[in-house]
Amino acid sequence: MGGLRPPILLVGTQDPRFDLGAAVREAGVRGKVALITAGWQERESEDSELVEDLGGPVVNLRLHERADDVFARDRDLSDAYKKRQRQLRLLNDFYRIRLDHAFEAARAISVRHVDEDLLDEERHVSVEELRHLDRDHLERCVVRQVAFDARWKPAQRPIVAEHRREIAKILASSRAVVLAGGHVASLLNRMKLFGVVDLAAGLPWIAAAGGAMVLTERIFLFHDFPPHGTGIAEVFDVGFGLVKDVVVLPDPRRRIRLDDRQGIARFVQRIAPATCVAMDSGARLWVERGRVVRAFAHRLFQDGTVEPGWTG
Amino acid sequence: MSITRAIDALASGPKDPAAVDAFLAAHTFPLVEGPAITFVFRGEAEAVNLKHWVYGLPSSQPLARLEGTDLWHLTFELPRGSRVEYKLEVVRGGAGQWFQDPLNQSLARDPFGANSVAHSEGYEVPEWIHPDPEARPGTMEDEHWVDSPTFGRRSVAVYLPARFRRTRRYPLLVVHDGHDYLRYASLGTILDNLIQRLEIPDMIVVLTSSPNRLIEYADDERHARWLTEELVPHLERALPIDARPQTRCLMGASFGAVAALSTAWRYPGFYGRLLLQSGSFAFTDIGDRNHRGPLFDPVVAFMNRLRAQPIPMAERVFVSCGMYESLIYENRSFVPALQSTGMDVRYVEARDGHNWENWRDRLREGLSWLFPGPLLLVYE
Repeated sequence: MGGLRPPILLVGTQDPRFDLGAAVREAGVRGKVALITAGWQERESEDSELVEDLGGPVVNLRLHERADDVFARDRDLSDAYKKRQRQLRLLNDFYRIRLDHAFEAARAISVRHVDEDLLDEERHVSVEELRHLDRDHLERCVVRQVAFDARWKPAQRPIVAEHRREIAKILASSRAVVLAGGHVASLLNRMKLFGVVDLAAGLPWIAAAGGAMVLTERIFLFHDFPPHGTGIAEVFDVGFGLVKDVVVLPDPRRRIRLDDRQGIARFVQRIAPATCVAMDSGARLWVERGRVVRAFAHRLFQDGTVEPGWTG
Repeated sequence: MSITRAIDALASGPKDPAAVDAFLAAHTFPLVEGPAITFVFRGEAEAVNLKHWVYGLPSSQPLARLEGTDLWHLTFELPRGSRVEYKLEVVRGGAGQWFQDPLNQSLARDPFGANSVAHSEGYEVPEWIHPDPEARPGTMEDEHWVDSPTFGRRSVAVYLPARFRRTRRYPLLVVHDGHDYLRYASLGTILDNLIQRLEIPDMIVVLTSSPNRLIEYADDERHARWLTEELVPHLERALPIDARPQTRCLMGASFGAVAALSTAWRYPGFYGRLLLQSGSFAFTDIGDRNHRGPLFDPVVAFMNRLRAQPIPMAERVFVSCGMYESLIYENRSFVPALQSTGMDVRYVEARDGHNWENWRDRLREGLSWLFPGPLLLVYE
């Protein structure tokens, strides 16, 4: 994708209330918007509250429903896709096992009563190991996805192509794309299947929570308060890369132990040199030419500190 | 600084019926004061005993009569976060009779009736065991009949998640003594809630119950065959189940945990997940007779074999046990053997006993660890 990129506005969590409508107005968008709620999976069409919040004319691209149609009618693609997804899930399982052990090793070393300088060095090594695991996992996932695309060429399959034409038509008469959050894997995969980012070239994006995550280069999954034990953030996949050098963490109030300085430091060092931004309800990142130019969000730093109300 | 306990304050004042009335009216019982817990009973009796199931304490402890009154009391320290089930034995005319504490409305039910429940400080009944108006209830098919060569015609119950769709594929959880889990451990409500909160995925849960569990669950080859070669294939034909080890789990408590474990051991790799609660994992270090009696003989033989040569039968194993049950020794000592195989093992202890509410309280952690829901993937 060359040339000037249209502006992007990333928005924080939409729970407990939508503010995507306000964001669309802040972005100066007038007229019809194309809406993506594929992250809501089977509830994709239950969008009346969001449509009301958006105010103006809205057309939901129905990517989840379209993908269901593709998988029902193109059995070969469907079987191959499921096989790939099973493989990716296994890769993720194995990555998790390695990650857990790397964390255990880091913890075991960190509690030794030795020279602080040596511990610092070891902390650095521990972070490097995590970075290596993340990098390796992403690369292996991407290799499989690229191989899948090369083998199956989804965009050229007749049923996918049929939907792509319909999506392109809607986008041609839209003034922006509004991307709701939800299940990031569902959202990402369906957007990839139909090549929505390419089809929407030239349009501004207003994306919330999980939607904001998929527009960045790397998607990290995180939850410091899981129902079992402690949470370890994991890299999930590459995103569409419309927003560069930023890792977005929505809903920090409920998902991040903001007083865990060591944990925050470890994570921010792990994703460096990317900027780590946590986005609560009402947060904003204004992006031009792929770079954050203005912000209202929490920024997390490599020393474990948090700057609320970071302005970019 | 010493704290005067309420019972001591009562003992040091006038001991008349009005004072006892006031004492009872002013507190809830058992009375928890810091680490101390005081059990009381009011009534004429020759003796009153606290009967409880806390391994490590005498199972019968006498309450003392407060001189000049008909009030009986017993105070001891209960570690923080403890939960204890008990009854009171009142001896009259030389005969003891057990019953629930009349001053305590908190009861735990099980197949044998109900016990009174005492908590120390730090224990909270989990909020996720109560029906959540936000959670859409799944559906329960109470009688799903299965014909099989091994056990003939048997009925299981089948839980389907609220948003069940035939076009999707679901993990399968098979629960030993599943009907008891439903009745005494709130399993249905817990599944609804954890699914609603995205802590576990939508799943199909099959509840089995055996008419002869002490035989069939004690490493009985027929039970393992029935489950693995008959029930599961039948379910996979009848329901949209994701037929992979990673999405297939056996669960059970007590003898049910033995059944789950021995079935997985007989079919290594078939069940990718095991949830074992307070397993009756009796064994011997020498000889073949365990003190628990002949019903345990096949369990002992099985556990001795397994402990001597542990194998990686599943991928993930969640083991839980109460510190106040006698099986804590067997469970604690079994975990390193499981871990030595390379299986991913999580072991959790609770200050609780061999009872359904202990097993209930561990379900969130166990199920969400074995089957992480989409919580990590969903950002609204």
